[in-house]
Amino acid sequence: MIQSFLLQSGYNATLVTLGAMALGLATGAVGAFLFLRKRSLVPDAMAHATLPGVGLAFLIMVAFGGEGRFLPGLLLGAGVSSLLGLWVLQGLVRGTRLPEDAAIGIVLSTFYGAGIVLLTFIQGLGAGRQAGLEGFLLGSTAGMLREDVYLIAGGGVLVLVALFVLRRVLIMVAFDPSYATVMGVRPAWVDAALMALVLAVVLLGIRVVGAILVVALLITPAVAARMWTDRVGVMVLIAAGIGGAAGYGGAALSAAVSGLPTGAVIVALVFLAFAISAVIAPKRGLIGRLRRAA
Amino acid sequence: MTVALAFEDLSVRYGAVTAVDSVTADIPLGAMTAIVGPNGAGKSTLLKAALGVVSKAGGEALFFGTSLDAARAKVAYMPQRASVDWDFPIRVIDVVLMGMQRDLGLLRPVRAADRSFAMECLARVELTDFAKRQIGALSGGQQQRVFLARALAQRAQLYLLDEPFAGVDAKTEAAIVKVLQSLRDEGAAVVAVHHDLASVPVWFDRVLLLNRRLIAVGPVGEVFTPERLRETYGGALPAMQIA
Amino acid sequence: MGADFVVLSLVPILIGVLAAVSCALPGNFLLLRRQAMMGDMMAHSVLPGLIMGFLLTGQVSGWVMFAGAGVAALISALMVEAVVRLARVDPGAAMGMTFTTMFASGVLLLELTGASGVHLDVEHALYGNLESLIWLDAQGWSSLIDPVALAGLPPELAQLGVVLAVLSVLMWVFWRPLVMASFDAGHAAVLGLPVGGISLGVVAATAMASVAAFTAVGSILTIAMLICPPATARLLTNRLGVQVFLSIGVAVLSAVIGYVMAGFGPEWLGLSGAVSAAGMIAVTSGILLALAAVFGPHRKAG
Repeated sequence: MIQSFLLQSGYNATLVTLGAMALGLATGAVGAFLFLRKRSLVPDAMAHATLPGVGLAFLIMVAFGGEGRFLPGLLLGAGVSSLLGLWVLQGLVRGTRLPEDAAIGIVLSTFYGAGIVLLTFIQGLGAGRQAGLEGFLLGSTAGMLREDVYLIAGGGVLVLVALFVLRRVLIMVAFDPSYATVMGVRPAWVDAALMALVLAVVLLGIRVVGAILVVALLITPAVAARMWTDRVGVMVLIAAGIGGAAGYGGAALSAAVSGLPTGAVIVALVFLAFAISAVIAPKRGLIGRLRRAA
Repeated sequence: MTVALAFEDLSVRYGAVTAVDSVTADIPLGAMTAIVGPNGAGKSTLLKAALGVVSKAGGEALFFGTSLDAARAKVAYMPQRASVDWDFPIRVIDVVLMGMQRDLGLLRPVRAADRSFAMECLARVELTDFAKRQIGALSGGQQQRVFLARALAQRAQLYLLDEPFAGVDAKTEAAIVKVLQSLRDEGAAVVAVHHDLASVPVWFDRVLLLNRRLIAVGPVGEVFTPERLRETYGGALPAMQIA
Repeated sequence: MGADFVVLSLVPILIGVLAAVSCALPGNFLLLRRQAMMGDMMAHSVLPGLIMGFLLTGQVSGWVMFAGAGVAALISALMVEAVVRLARVDPGAAMGMTFTTMFASGVLLLELTGASGVHLDVEHALYGNLESLIWLDAQGWSSLIDPVALAGLPPELAQLGVVLAVLSVLMWVFWRPLVMASFDAGHAAVLGLPVGGISLGVVAATAMASVAAFTAVGSILTIAMLICPPATARLLTNRLGVQVFLSIGVAVLSAVIGYVMAGFGPEWLGLSGAVSAAGMIAVTSGILLALAAVFGPHRKAG
């Protein structure tokens, strides 16, 4: 186990561990901005909504005689169906009287249902070929190709660069959208950019963490980071750090203990980071607050 | 007089309700103008519509004779107090720096000169010592002054303030008035949605009386009369308020 | 329809219907109280409890598993409360943190104890095993009055029956205070209603429905039935009483149509095999909701 933490259990395992770390860094950072904008549960719907797209992309690629597990193809399908889910979500919020939380639940459950219908259909087509698609539910680094890792790590770096460029307008819109409007920053465009980045990390994350749990990597590091600081910039860095460390640790642990699903380990680690923060963080943590109360 | 802001036939509707009805009025530079009217008269809505925060149902608002997009660098805004999340992890100095967004753009780092200008703005509202506090750790009046400092950081010529004196302490009130008067003396236009009728003639030069439609606009001495106020408030005006 | 139907399809359809209606009932109040995500949270959070129940008894169903899920639901409700207080975040974020953590701990428990693959796997928990809840002791329709055959019914049927009965009675008895506290908690408190207790009651009812439904039909169907039928009904009427009855109708319709589509749909399309019934029921409820969102007489506010 120590070997996999020291990146000494083979070239591929090392690569996967570093890829998961890049994913965690990017997801933690995006999650911090999302948390400040108070849209933490929207990616839950977006992540579940990727599933039918994964299934359909697999079927289409197989129908054309291709390799069904080609990750960029699956992610393209996932992205299209996630955007469809987001479109339905906004349609329900704007076009009907249903509140946003209900719309999130509706999109989440029906797209999830459709995804399961397709996955069970694919399973019925014949075992073996679909292996790996279950990885999109709960996340797995087993059987990941080197190109897949490059895709995930490269995507994570691009997301971080985009966040750096957009950081000021993202903060401005989250803090005071009507003031941003007056300053000539359009909240609708900034929100669209943020959602595009969320979609990007969700897509990069579903292979490693899984569609059901990827939302944890967006929410939990941000909440944990908020315990430590009153400054946005510092909070984003801490959230990214927690995400990166959890990605690294999760991938290393699941490489060391066979059968351990990567996604579940990463989620357990980010929650551990939150629990520690909630107790020991000096200002907002439990100990600090009890001490001040005493 | 140079017109800083012209409302031209501006209307706003919320569903079937007309919140602002065809208002036409000019706001000059070098004066402090109060927007006065009863609750629900559309005072804040008028400012928000001019600034594009709520959408217009008709008419337009011209800033320095041109569109808001073209004149944005000259226009500063201070929203009503209750509209932000006070637990937001941001320091006072960083809020003030937001006023300099147009200079900073996306990538330019914040330099020492920017920081010292932001500190000057904080000094004008007497909050130098609070620069590194989290925004929620300040009192209501202090928070209000931070938002005024953010507007100052825009180095604008037109200042639009939505209820700057609502629920603030006496010290804040005096500090805000002092700053607004100095802006006026520097030649800027100051417009504030205002509730306290007694202080209108003391602080302001001009007044815009609004009750969904425009009742009157002009210098305080001409417009701020009992008859006009009765018209604005529909006769429901307590006599003592016009002392 | 003959003996095959009674053995293979009758019980799954009944269980699907009971689960759907049990979830739809509290779902109406979750929707009204803007707590729709509570369903999502509960439906994922019960997994570790189910697995503990399984580890204790070695059985994939039964009352111990049911109780374990109940305990997990309780823990998750407490955890949300604790996170809201400790981290001062909105309940949505707290729920997101809670359910992912509970679900992940369930998955880890499953893998680490080696329970996985023997009788229980994560997929089973996600999309349930509605199709496998068959009535082996049945011979035909006459078995419905045969005590021996009835004793061989899957226990999930009885669990869901009891839960649905309890929920219906509670809702009928407490209807008025429920409506008042959900519509205007401040006013209800002034009138002396125990608003906090009612709020807790709604959470407990949701937990009860989620536990019963999850045990039988998995998480997807639970989430879908807690939200979609009440939301569909909301778009059809402006009256809460009517909404509740319509939501029951939508839930029954989704369960029956979804089950049939899952069993026969692929065949009708000229494909082989069957697909997940739970998934199909969720999709059906989504389609019904989409129809209501486009054509419903009360789809817009005002």
